[in-house]
Amino acid sequence: MEPVFALAFGVLVAASTYLIMSRNVLRIVLGLLVLGNAANLSIFLAGRMGTRTPPLVPEGATTLVGGANPLPQALILTAIVISFALIAFTVILFESAHRRFGTLDTEALRDAEPKPGPKPAPAAAAAPVAGDVPAAETVR
Amino acid sequence: MDLAFLIVIAFGLAPLAAWLGGRSSALVALVPLALALCFLAIVPPVASGAAVSTAYSWIPSLGVAAAFRADGLSLLFALLITGIGTAVFLYASLYLKKYPRLPRFYAVLTLFMAAMLGAVLADDLLLLVVFWELTSLTSFLLIGFSPEQAMSRRAAQQGLLVTVGGGLAMLAGVILLGQITGSYSLSGLIARKDEVAAHALAPTIICLLAAGAFAKSAQSPLHPWLANAMVAPTPVSAFLHSATMVKLGVYLLARLSPVFEGHATWVLLLTGFGGLTMLVGAVLALRESDLKRVLAYSTIISLGTLVLMIGIPGELSAMAIVTFLVVHALYKACLFLVAGIIDQQTGTRDSSALGGLRQAMPLTALAALAGSLSMAGLPPFIGFAAKELVYETGLAASASGLVVGIALLANIAMVVVACILSLRCFAGPRVETPKTPHDPGLAMLAGPLVLAALGLVFGLAPWLVSDALILPAAAAIAGRPIDYTLSLWHGFTPMLLLSVVTLALGIAVFRNGTGIRLRLAMVEAIPRWGPDRAYDRLIQGLQQLAAWQTRMIQSGSLRTYTGYTVAVAALAGLSALISQGGMAWPDFAASRQPELVIAALLAASTFAVLRARNFVAGIAAAGLVGFAVALLFLFQGAPDLAFTQFSVEALSIVILLAIIGRLPFRDSDYRRRGERLRDGAIALAAGIMATLVMLSVLAQPFDARISDFFRAESLPQAHGRNLVNVIIVDFRALDTLGEITVLGLAAIAAAAVIAGLRRATAGDAR
Amino acid sequence: MNSLILLTSSRIVLPVAMLFSVYVLLRGHNEPGGGFVGGLIAAAGIAVHSLPRGRSALLRLLKVSPKTLIGAGLALALLSGLPGLLLAEPYLKHQWAFPGGLPLSTTLIFDIGVYLSVVGAVLTFLAYYLEE
Repeated sequence: MEPVFALAFGVLVAASTYLIMSRNVLRIVLGLLVLGNAANLSIFLAGRMGTRTPPLVPEGATTLVGGANPLPQALILTAIVISFALIAFTVILFESAHRRFGTLDTEALRDAEPKPGPKPAPAAAAAPVAGDVPAAETVR
Repeated sequence: MDLAFLIVIAFGLAPLAAWLGGRSSALVALVPLALALCFLAIVPPVASGAAVSTAYSWIPSLGVAAAFRADGLSLLFALLITGIGTAVFLYASLYLKKYPRLPRFYAVLTLFMAAMLGAVLADDLLLLVVFWELTSLTSFLLIGFSPEQAMSRRAAQQGLLVTVGGGLAMLAGVILLGQITGSYSLSGLIARKDEVAAHALAPTIICLLAAGAFAKSAQSPLHPWLANAMVAPTPVSAFLHSATMVKLGVYLLARLSPVFEGHATWVLLLTGFGGLTMLVGAVLALRESDLKRVLAYSTIISLGTLVLMIGIPGELSAMAIVTFLVVHALYKACLFLVAGIIDQQTGTRDSSALGGLRQAMPLTALAALAGSLSMAGLPPFIGFAAKELVYETGLAASASGLVVGIALLANIAMVVVACILSLRCFAGPRVETPKTPHDPGLAMLAGPLVLAALGLVFGLAPWLVSDALILPAAAAIAGRPIDYTLSLWHGFTPMLLLSVVTLALGIAVFRNGTGIRLRLAMVEAIPRWGPDRAYDRLIQGLQQLAAWQTRMIQSGSLRTYTGYTVAVAALAGLSALISQGGMAWPDFAASRQPELVIAALLAASTFAVLRARNFVAGIAAAGLVGFAVALLFLFQGAPDLAFTQFSVEALSIVILLAIIGRLPFRDSDYRRRGERLRDGAIALAAGIMATLVMLSVLAQPFDARISDFFRAESLPQAHGRNLVNVIIVDFRALDTLGEITVLGLAAIAAAAVIAGLRRATAGDAR
Repeated sequence: MNSLILLTSSRIVLPVAMLFSVYVLLRGHNEPGGGFVGGLIAAAGIAVHSLPRGRSALLRLLKVSPKTLIGAGLALALLSGLPGLLLAEPYLKHQWAFPGGLPLSTTLIFDIGVYLSVVGAVLTFLAYYLEE
């Protein structure tokens, strides 16, 4: 049964990466939603499936024999909550960007890193060539 | 006395010095004086041949110790540092009176002094590197004392980059040394010198260590930073950039001299660069008229002389090094302080605009004359003995003609510099100056006068320093005890003849000084092709490279970043799978189970997300994806996950739908057709890679050891029957702690974004 | 979202959700449940209550800022590891006591910390979207 879900995992990854590369930030959010599920699915698959018994030690016993693999479940449980927080944060970031700049296009959201202009002013040219010119004393 | 304790105290005195110095109190000189007295107290035991040492464990796993050791050489340096420090601290209390940043100045100066002490007393190479870099750092702060001036900033940056760059090479050399000997102990290294010198890596180590020492001691072609460092206040020039810090490179070379003495690379490197530096310094000194820069170039000559002498093996050279070192520190600090007085009193530092100051400032003239006589190497000053020793060493060396020739030229330049500082400024007819000069206060005169007097006293009575300081230090450099009697008069020897020739030629050059200076100043090749210009080009090139590289990588486009990331991940995964033969083809026959419906639901809902025409439909479809995953959890023995997933889906939909009213959810994808095809190809590759990697993972046999541990130990150890919860709150509780921290941080970061938005659109929400 | 149905039903939903969330939290060590799920359920209950009433109602209900809940949760989780450290065992090694058969442990304190952090984080996000 796992191979079929490996295929489904591939579908989830392809769809989510396609959405994440979008220029529309809302599509990026959708991509993140799908990607979080893909990640959880991959951990679950790697821990193997095949049993319907939950990892609970039955009443009267001290150890569990068989039952689902508990470790990936513990990892996924926290991952679910974290990916929720990630998406909620992303949405707030995007909405705040939309309020300030009025666009959802990532190519237009580049206030911090503007498109390289014709040629930035060479910053190094400002350094004076002190050479062997007598330097002015700064403190007398 | 515990050396480590002394150094800690030296660092700890910085606030006191800042407080006293900040009030321009002459009492600030007590700080270095107290330390100097402590070091004087350990002169007798060290002179008798017993080194004082302390060691504390620091990083035992790496063989690094906080070890300090005072032998003759270290103690001599410590006394120079604290002694000249006393003169400089006292001088600056008047020279920089009422200067606004004075507390900071004294704090940094004290830190510098402590770092210098640490460097010369360290018996561990890594410890030495640490203190070495600290001196570079404090030097940076002191050169850049007036950061509002571009010249000052450039000089500070240049000094830092050159010395720290050299320090990096030196660190590499030190680590190689540590690899060979297995520890970083300096005394241990010297004890195993034959093994180290014969090692195949020895030439590499020598080059790396020499690079560090040459940068610090301003050997040509790395010398321009020292001349440019003259923008610092004069006390700093006198202390750091003539008497102490620039000698640190010389110290390192002298310290390692017993190990590499006579090694072909060592001799070639040191004599070659030392000689070159002497010549370059001499030429540059002759074409300069600014007093401080003239002195700086003469310092470069002296540093070259010292490096050259270290390259020459033998006991005589060791004597020459130590004597010259002491002499130079005394007269150079004295003359720098005199130059500062002239500058402050007359308002100019240009030697061609000065003359006849002897009547206006007689005491200063006296100090200048005494310092200059020692510099020119005239008896009865100890400078004479030092010069004789240098000539004697040169005459005894192989290739003596070349060495003596270079030394002669360098010493002529020294005589000229000495004449400029004394005759040019103080003799002859009075030249009008911007300000009317007087002798300054005692605080400024005491230092130069005492330093000049010491040059005379030591010359008349060499035994005062010879047995207690010079011989033990020379023994440390030579690596064996030395029997030598330091005296002024050697009889009529070739050295005396050379001294007479030096003096005669020096005075002749000085008399035609202006002509020679102007002719040399006309040579445009020096500023145009000199190393100072090369430094500027290098820095400029570095900035252009950084700008180019930033333009290449940091396009500023979010989707370019994600596109590259996804593409690289897909290609790397696929190529690893194919090249490592990790491909596995599964058997789908065993897959006919009810859960297949869930797989179909997953694929269908994912497709729906892609096809969604608006945000609401997208969220609904994405919710369906999550729902399908939750169903899978529910049917595959993971009720905890299913509950969590359902709760999160519900909350996500609440939050995501809440923003619909605020965003234009019908907006298009913005991507053009070509872009969509390209992104689709990348995404497809990523999806294929993901499936293939997952299939190859599933083809591996499953190792259930960790899971079985939890199954067996959950109840006995953690008293819990729900294994998932036990893992979360007990076995992997630290992980969970990290995760709830991330959760909280995300929420707080979001709150910060919102707060920023509220400020930006003031009065909007809230 | 000024819906009368939501306004009325949420009055019942809130206490039920809170009770249920605590029940899920407490039983988590032996049955499906725990701090994460419990916290999410509690947050969902509070969300349903606050949606029709607005942000100020949420803050009135909580008495403190949601961010305080995050801090309190983290502090509890951090503190729950200290007894282990004091008894010369690794940090976060949980300690148990059974006075009169009642199982008491630092595990529960840790899980309550998780519960509070989750509630605090979700409500911090939610507070932004609530209309005034």
